Amino acid sequence: MLIQRPSDILASEITSRALFENRRRFLRDAGLLLAAGALGSAGHRAEAATPAATRLGPLASSPLSTGEEKTSYKAVTTYNNYYEFGTDKSDPAENAGRLVTRPWTVRVEGLAARPRTFDIDELLRLAPLEERIYRLRCVEGWSMVIPWVGFPLASLLKQVEPLGSAKYVEFVTLYDPKVMSRLPVLDWPYTEGLRLDEAMHPLTLLAMGLYGEVLPNQNGAPVRLVVPWKYGFKSAKSIVTIRLTDKQPATAWNKAAKHEYGFYSNVNPQVDHPRWSQATERRIGEFRKRPTLMFNGYAEQVASLYQGMDLRANF
Amino acid sequence: MMNMLQTPGRTQIAWIKAALFALCLLPALRLALGWQDDALGANPIETITRASGDWTLRFLLITLCVTPLRRITGLNWLLRLRRMLGLFAFAYGCAHLTTYVWLDQFFDWMAIAHDILKRPFITVGFAALVLMTPLALTSNAWSIRRLGGRRWQALHRSVYGIAILGVVHYWWLVKADVREPMLYAFALAWLLILRAWWRELERRRQQSMPPPVPAYKGRVIRIVPTGK
Ligand code: HEM
Repeated sequence: MLIQRPSDILASEITSRALFENRRRFLRDAGLLLAAGALGSAGHRAEAATPAATRLGPLASSPLSTGEEKTSYKAVTTYNNYYEFGTDKSDPAENAGRLVTRPWTVRVEGLAARPRTFDIDELLRLAPLEERIYRLRCVEGWSMVIPWVGFPLASLLKQVEPLGSAKYVEFVTLYDPKVMSRLPVLDWPYTEGLRLDEAMHPLTLLAMGLYGEVLPNQNGAPVRLVVPWKYGFKSAKSIVTIRLTDKQPATAWNKAAKHEYGFYSNVNPQVDHPRWSQATERRIGEFRKRPTLMFNGYAEQVASLYQGMDLRANF
Repeated sequence: MMNMLQTPGRTQIAWIKAALFALCLLPALRLALGWQDDALGANPIETITRASGDWTLRFLLITLCVTPLRRITGLNWLLRLRRMLGLFAFAYGCAHLTTYVWLDQFFDWMAIAHDILKRPFITVGFAALVLMTPLALTSNAWSIRRLGGRRWQALHRSVYGIAILGVVHYWWLVKADVREPMLYAFALAWLLILRAWWRELERRRQQSMPPPVPAYKGRVIRIVPTGK
């Protein structure tokens, strides 16, 4: 059984539960919390690098959410890979404050009948916002459980009416050298790609928030992709262009090291990364490693997408 | 005062050594306190693995700085600190391995064996630590006497190779941003080039000297005066 029952926890409760996860921090922030009065989410904001976040809602819960224990808000927002803001895990939380997330538009173009540009405020109203609690597995061997806020990417793609010739979707993210790294660590701007059927899959999320609030900058504000059965780097952050194409798009990590990061990059415990094993993972906050699940535990929903494919060759 | 710096007495050396010992323990202490206070970030095991690896390599390079420093400053007593620095490199290396075996892999010997055999960066790191072991074991006066100065010196020259393996280990484990391993590579290259240069000077000096020194077919025997 991989599909969990709908979670009956309200988003607001989740936030305050995150507070309780760290008693020490809770005690320290108690004063802040009192000052914030009914706004129970203020306590953890003291830890984030971004200015006071805005609550999103109302949020529908989803049968696709996992019931596993969520990773603390603090870990989710201070342990990030966002190389445009530095290559240490703590760099994005320190540096991403410089990112300007408004005004922001996302251009959806390419092989579509009605290509157009969406303003971020329009995106937020495009489809009912859902909370999706997903596992996230990084290619480096660690994982988290994160309550994202967003809606299926399919809802957006349908708006532009993809042509029959569209086979892939390319995601281009922001590269602004004024606020981001100028070092050629990767070939900026960071790009990612999915097959159209992967992009249209109900699990594939266009996320604009986490823990019931607007995305912190270090997590890919204002809008990012979340593909929970693939390694984390497939889930592009701070997206500015979504392009429907007939050719498999080039992807940033594949260009950097093509023997290490394939186009598919599905979570697969049987196919090791050349430099480390993918059989196990450390869930952030836990001590012992746990076995990694095929397709990050979403095999029931997505295995059929890859029927007949050699997943060793198409890693 | 000047004199004390040039040739500290027995007790002064003892004090210097004690202070250095405490200083060398600081990184470990910081990690231990951080672990206790849950202040090592979201992934404390990774933090410890990396910090212990960093300090292994740093202590190796610091150890390699002793000879050039002594030569440049003329402070011969610096040599008496070298053994402790080298042993700290080994100690941090052991802590690094222990972190990996215990905290990271939790004694999953299959996974560990697999890593050592199949992950080039682990293979190289493991080789470096294995090669450090005989150096640590022979870092005492008895071994020097037992082996004889020249053989002991030849054995301990493998430290250059070990340092190279350490840098390669670091280089191979980073995903894309090689700036830090590159810094260590530059530092090490500089230390090795400096030695090669002095060796060359010594060779020229010996060759230009008139016969009294029996010409060992032009071969260089000593890199630097031993000061003994
Ligand atoms: C006993 C064998 C060794 C094993 C199994 C081992 C394993 C590891 C592992 C798993 C990492 C972390 C990789 C990551 O976080 O992605 C690491 C990092 C590192 N190790 Fe080792 N290592 C060994 C020996 C050594 C030695 C002898 C040195 C130094 C000469 C060394 C220096 C480093 C350095 C500098 C880092 C990187 C730290 C950083 O990212 O800041 N390791 N090692």
